[in-house]
Amino acid sequence: MTQQIRSHSIDMSSVLQGKDAAQQPTETCIKVENLNLFYGEKQALHGINMEMQKKKVTAYIGPSGCGKSTLLRCINRMNDLVDSAKIEGKILLDGDNIYDKSVNVAALRRRVGMVFQKPNPFPKSIFENVAYGLRIQGVNDKRVLEETVEHALRGAALWDEMKDRLNDNALGMSGGQQQRLVIARAIAIEPEVLLLDEPASALDPISTLKIEELINELKEKYTIVIVTHNMQQAARVSDYTAFMYMGELIEIGTTSELFTNPSKKQTEDYITGRYG
Amino acid sequence: MDKSKISHHISEQFNKDLEDVRNKVLAMGGLVEQQLEQAIEALLSCNVELAEQVISQDRQIDALETAIDLECTQILALRQPAAFDLRLLLAVIKIIHELERIGDKAKRIADMAIKLDCVVNNMPRHEMDHMIDLVKSMLDHALDAFARMTVEDVPEITGRVEKVDREYDNIVRLLITHMMEDPRNITRSLDILTTVRALERIGDHSRYICEHLVFMIKGENVRHLTQEELVEKIKKPL
Repeated sequence: MTQQIRSHSIDMSSVLQGKDAAQQPTETCIKVENLNLFYGEKQALHGINMEMQKKKVTAYIGPSGCGKSTLLRCINRMNDLVDSAKIEGKILLDGDNIYDKSVNVAALRRRVGMVFQKPNPFPKSIFENVAYGLRIQGVNDKRVLEETVEHALRGAALWDEMKDRLNDNALGMSGGQQQRLVIARAIAIEPEVLLLDEPASALDPISTLKIEELINELKEKYTIVIVTHNMQQAARVSDYTAFMYMGELIEIGTTSELFTNPSKKQTEDYITGRYG
Repeated sequence: MDKSKISHHISEQFNKDLEDVRNKVLAMGGLVEQQLEQAIEALLSCNVELAEQVISQDRQIDALETAIDLECTQILALRQPAAFDLRLLLAVIKIIHELERIGDKAKRIADMAIKLDCVVNNMPRHEMDHMIDLVKSMLDHALDAFARMTVEDVPEITGRVEKVDREYDNIVRLLITHMMEDPRNITRSLDILTTVRALERIGDHSRYICEHLVFMIKGENVRHLTQEELVEKIKKPL
């Protein structure tokens, strides 16, 4: 027994090189180039340049109104829905500019799913909520739908809780369950990227931890970008963290480096709760 | 000391908590320095009473270590500090451990002051005086650097470890010669060796304090590096 408890093996090479997970070789998924965004006369984003890595979690942190959510919404062109918004620059998803005229926005949003601060399930059954994306794509085969719904609910860590209640109305679920349901709905159509805009800010601590645990599992398959006001949450769930201030990207780096030894004073002041 | 490094938090209470930790570390450092000073004085002036006082005061150092440790743990749990604040608390936890060890060594020297019972004349005084000066200045300057929160003096302080080691080797050689000359010297020589060994370790702990300070100020881990590598890291701009 003693031998079993003590027989742990570790990868000494990574210990000796001082590497953490985020420093392993990566592939760029999303590249933002010279992005400027205006709401009417007001410029909300100033010349943003950054890269987000495939199958990693990138967190945006910064004070209210710094442009985090605006930048997140640019990644699946949600700002197209705002009449006064004008965008300059490029966002490349796997090398292709998503603001190119030839891009089909609906197809883009299938590749880039989004989950919002407040869970927004449809007033339908749990099953129909998750199957919704497939149904509007014209999939009606019962077996395919059932398989996909189960797969998505398992992916969102909801299957065990909900497998006997699939026909119940989704509005009867708790806030934390609803948020995981919305994530299941987003991953049912197998996107490449998941955008999470404050996904846990309206949830209790236990539901929050479940969402964080889920993010950790989802990054095996998806590239995740998360906006959060909770710095500890960013520190816990993300591989990379970007600090934004007044519409500018101040610093982006590995989360472990940014939270222990940030290179910019503005970042240090923000994460340590100082006034400038 | 550059107080701005630990103040200016939006939370006034957080400022106070960090300030309190800083004050306690400085107080502990002062007490440890005083203990070392008195232990050496007791040894060199055959003052048994003073040696006993040093031995009984060691408890205060232990109590301070426990209190600061607890305070740091509470701040870590309640505030979840990041960046400099996090490094400050981690470094403090390690620095107070080094100080406590130095306190133990001072107590060891006081023990020997009683045991050796005034055999100062038989000690290799010239070498020992040199070693005492070196070690005392290392501790003094390391605590100064912590109080000022600067690393510019660190290479100079850590550079003295080599001189201390050299002097230690000289003394060991002399003691071996004494023991070989007359076996009746063996017991006393071993006691002197214990004393000198304690001094040598105090030099090492002072170096470790400097290393923790570099981590705190610059975020660079400089433990287990050679003196040259350490100097190189310190030169790197923040």
